[in-house]
Amino acid sequence: MAITTMVGARIHRREDPRLVRGQGRYTDDFVRPHTLHMAVVRSPYAHARIRSLDTSAARQAPGVVAVLTAADFKPVIAGAMPVAPAFVPEKKQTPERFPIVEKEACFQGEPVAVVVAEDRYQAADAAQLVQVDWEPLPAVMDLEQAMRPGSPTVHEGGPDNIGWDLTFSADADAAFAEAEVVVEQRIYQQRLAPTPMEPRAILAEWNSGDETMTMWMSSQSPHFIRLFVGGALGIPESRFRVIAPDVGGGFGSKISPYPEDYLVPAAAKLLGRPVKWTETRTENLQNATHGRGQYYDLAIAGNRDGKLLGLKVTQYLDIGAYVGTFGAFQACACLLPGAYVWKQVASRTVGVLTNKVPTDPYRGAGRPEATHLVERMVDLFAREIGMDPAEVRRKNFITEFPHTNPFGLVYDSGNYAGALDKALQIAGYEQFRREQEAARAQGRLLGVGLSTWIEICGFGPSAATAPATGGMALTESAQVRVFPTGSVTCYVGTHSHGQGHDTTFAQIVADALGVPYDQVEIRHGDTAEGPSFGYGTYGSRSLAVGGMALLTAAGRVRDKAKKIAAHVLEAAEEDVVFDQGQFYVKGSPERRKSIQEIAFAAYGAGLPEGMELGLEAVAYYDPSNFVWPFGAHICMVEVDRETGDVKILRYVAVDDCGNVINPMIVEGQIHGGVAQGIAQALYEEVVYAEDGTLRTGTMLDYAVPTANEMPPMTLDRTVTPSPTNELGVKGIGEAGTIAASAAVINAVCDALAPLGIRHVDMPASPDRIWKLMQEAKA
Amino acid sequence: MIPAAFEYARATTVQEASDLLRRYGEEAKVLAGGHSLIPLMRLRLAQPSALVDINPVRELDYVVLEDGRLRVGALTRHVEIQRNPTIRQNLPILAEVADEVGDNQVRNLGTIGGVIAHADSAGDYPTIAVMLDAEVVTNKRRFAARDFFQGLFTTPLEPDEVVCEVVFPVARGPHRYVKFRRRLFDWAIVAAGAQRLDDGSWRIGLTNCGPTAVRCHTVEQALAQGASPEEAAEHASDGLEPSGDLRASPEYKKHLARVLTKRAILQAQ
Amino acid sequence: MKHKVSVVINGKQREDEVEPRLLLVHYIRDVAGLTGTHIGCDTSQCGACTVLLDGKAIKSCTMFAVQADGHEIRTIEGLAAPDGTLHPIQQAFWDEHGLQCGYCTPGFIMAAAYLLDQNPNPTEEEIRKGLEGNLCRCTGYVNIVKAVQSAARKMAGTTAVGATGE
Repeated sequence: MAITTMVGARIHRREDPRLVRGQGRYTDDFVRPHTLHMAVVRSPYAHARIRSLDTSAARQAPGVVAVLTAADFKPVIAGAMPVAPAFVPEKKQTPERFPIVEKEACFQGEPVAVVVAEDRYQAADAAQLVQVDWEPLPAVMDLEQAMRPGSPTVHEGGPDNIGWDLTFSADADAAFAEAEVVVEQRIYQQRLAPTPMEPRAILAEWNSGDETMTMWMSSQSPHFIRLFVGGALGIPESRFRVIAPDVGGGFGSKISPYPEDYLVPAAAKLLGRPVKWTETRTENLQNATHGRGQYYDLAIAGNRDGKLLGLKVTQYLDIGAYVGTFGAFQACACLLPGAYVWKQVASRTVGVLTNKVPTDPYRGAGRPEATHLVERMVDLFAREIGMDPAEVRRKNFITEFPHTNPFGLVYDSGNYAGALDKALQIAGYEQFRREQEAARAQGRLLGVGLSTWIEICGFGPSAATAPATGGMALTESAQVRVFPTGSVTCYVGTHSHGQGHDTTFAQIVADALGVPYDQVEIRHGDTAEGPSFGYGTYGSRSLAVGGMALLTAAGRVRDKAKKIAAHVLEAAEEDVVFDQGQFYVKGSPERRKSIQEIAFAAYGAGLPEGMELGLEAVAYYDPSNFVWPFGAHICMVEVDRETGDVKILRYVAVDDCGNVINPMIVEGQIHGGVAQGIAQALYEEVVYAEDGTLRTGTMLDYAVPTANEMPPMTLDRTVTPSPTNELGVKGIGEAGTIAASAAVINAVCDALAPLGIRHVDMPASPDRIWKLMQEAKA
Repeated sequence: MIPAAFEYARATTVQEASDLLRRYGEEAKVLAGGHSLIPLMRLRLAQPSALVDINPVRELDYVVLEDGRLRVGALTRHVEIQRNPTIRQNLPILAEVADEVGDNQVRNLGTIGGVIAHADSAGDYPTIAVMLDAEVVTNKRRFAARDFFQGLFTTPLEPDEVVCEVVFPVARGPHRYVKFRRRLFDWAIVAAGAQRLDDGSWRIGLTNCGPTAVRCHTVEQALAQGASPEEAAEHASDGLEPSGDLRASPEYKKHLARVLTKRAILQAQ
Repeated sequence: MKHKVSVVINGKQREDEVEPRLLLVHYIRDVAGLTGTHIGCDTSQCGACTVLLDGKAIKSCTMFAVQADGHEIRTIEGLAAPDGTLHPIQQAFWDEHGLQCGYCTPGFIMAAAYLLDQNPNPTEEEIRKGLEGNLCRCTGYVNIVKAVQSAARKMAGTTAVGATGE
């Protein structure tokens, strides 16, 4: 790209003035006349059969307009909820899921009836009056038990509880045979609740006159919702408008369609009035898809000189009661090799059904897990051979790019040692090692942990992702419209819910077209506007794919403008220069036409013969490869020897996401990502009781950290542009989360090393660490 | 989430509150700061038929020092307890504890009377009340704190009985309340309080180690007999039978009881 | 039975008849139509619903509207100056990138307004403690803390619109 003024600048977000004034517009803020409110009656059991369901008392409650059950919805909602192949195309079983239970509830919280009333208080009251006679069935809660032959099944009559069992590459035996050292470990990845601050919400309005549905909802992917829900309700996309307005965070939990996404519009259509449903936090923790929920049996092989040879991984993944729409994306094989050169990597993933809410992508979706386990195993290996973990990493880093990993994926660019060295220097690694030694002599437990993470993102090249999506291309779309007076409106198929796209994308377009930044408007989240399909925001794809779609569309506009400019300037097109919004003939920059003048001309008479009027373009961008950000995170901790409490002393992150459009926004993404990684490492865990009751159903019990638990962070970056796209950018939305848990846990394990403790699972809570200390003493 | 419907009445005097409670009967509840009650009502774990709002009862909002005793009105908010000069001078441990209850927003509304009447063993004030032999005064009776907290969420309060004040002894000596929790605004996993009295003796209490707040007589006695804080604190878990929860096993709570007691004594100033 | 409530919200007097169980936050959002105050949990943890009641930060999800009778409420919509100039804390959240999705932001700003009203020159630790009643999922709190520090500096020595309007 040309040297520019906006790209790379720390522009303050244009989203913010209204958000800090309380003028944000989230779904529950929208009001339509005569709106009804829906409350959902849910299964209190993890697994139970409905003997009978009596809605008569609820129907008679004040304000109640309808009580609807599966019998009411069956005629208007067609088919089962979708499940994408998601890298596991051959699944052994994908239990069919209808949005509302007809006979058998398979997790606590599954909808069995909805109450629709004049206000939300009345709906909540009447929901309590729906009488369900339940016959409890055995709940399958534990992964290992679920896999045993003869285990009760998650669904009555199911063959077993295996959702999938897939081997990506079978063999690492040769690498292990030649290795001097083999280290084995089982590592758990606890279930997590994504917990966006705004729970889900839906408002649907059916216009029976023109048979159109409008739905406002808190979603990361409104076009997907229109496709899936419109299909099920028999409403063509041309008459189904989904609007995802301001969305209060998603973190992956607002991608897939949920039961309520069908039930609310269906109820609106059945009742002929707008219907609103706003999820409570308790419902959110219970019913929004969870993330992680896995354990791994791992072995790493290498030589005493530090050379890594082989890695064997078996993943057991807690699917929940139904296979999440994108649940199998968590089968993280593709990223297992991490930043290292291996002789062989063998990987198997087993998806196991349980009577819990389904798991689905949560910030990172497979990549935090892969990073955690490879980074932990490298540390365990380093400890086994008595070598500094930084040294082991350096000896094994991939140094030549492009690099094809054992699964055939091609890393586009990187400088892993560069990021590590910078991080070590900023963190004062050598100095800390000396302090650690001194502290250990006094009985204090200090530790330092590294995470030299990499990531695959920018989903995705359609050729590579089609098998994962069932043939749908994960491209991205954009439309750029230049109005006659030169202001610009852009429509993107991505969705911004905190990522600041309105700002970043406007920076890109302002430079690409040479128009003032404040005359570029970015619009997203409304399926009635812009290109016919958008793919949404997840997987750190928006800039590398959506930004490129926008740049491509802007380029088309510029190309046409150049043709018009050549005509106006009476020059050959190839002689016309475009420079920061000005067209002129090579050699005579004083005679120039601004893009605003050209835009005006584009809508007037006197265009070149045969040229259509207008200055706008649509682009669908299909990247040639994924993009591969990377970095090095370093965490320093002290563990309280008496209580097991972990205090983070310092957190340093050096990340590389290629070229940076807006450093301020990139830093913000890393801060938040790291916070969620630390939260997994030390605080959060979804816990179910043996009988299937969720024990972490409120924010009192599900421990989202406050400002007091989060450390200050020191950030820096290296810049290794991506050769994959013209912007040279890579994703950064998930990087912090992908990197952080390994850095923290490696630090905790390093701190506990003098006690002979090898490994700590997450969350590394004080009671867990204390227990390990007791066991180590014994 | 949304609470179930209830009748609502405001009282401006204790007498009026008591009369209203009598009128509404056993299913009525007193509404003070509401920070324990309202979340339970929103989850519909509590569905009182009526709430008697005592927030307008000005006569319950006071802190006075009288005859060497510190009388704290039931409606005194946590934020007031944190800052009140009389409390800070005469029973600084109580101000220290108030600073650790909830968060700013909670402290602006929550009241000492509410915490006492709720009788949650994870509450912080009951520990101070029990370890210092405070009295809980209602519109009908006076209780020694140890008698008032009968069990988890269980007190002898009758349906028309209102907690009016808590009377603490003055204790200006070295003190410390060590509250161990995951997040700063969380309830204690375990907390330990230590207060040295003017006669040189110690009072030790524990939070969330049983169905009610615990006074650690064995630790106090050990200290009285000249044991070091480390030695004495080893007795903190004597006889404790805490229940496990999401954050801690019973064994770990007992361990914390010993560690935190030691720290409270050592850090007392 | 409905009860009459008479409150002043952001300087404007209003009277309504409400059910006793109407949560103050629903009154603010659904009755008064001030949707800048958000709801993020059921149990008084997240602080998204923080408003000022007579100048004190409270969680409006943990109070009934009837209890607010006779009191003065200030919400995020009432923080900027009448001419629209952002309050220094609002400005600082913008300047320091103290928000991402924006959902927790009004609650944080109101909690910060109270914090700086009580302690105009807080240390970093005091800021973190002062915001313990508010949860953010996007920022890792790094830039929120920075924003409050920056606002404190700007407000020092000025008589800008007071947080509590007093």
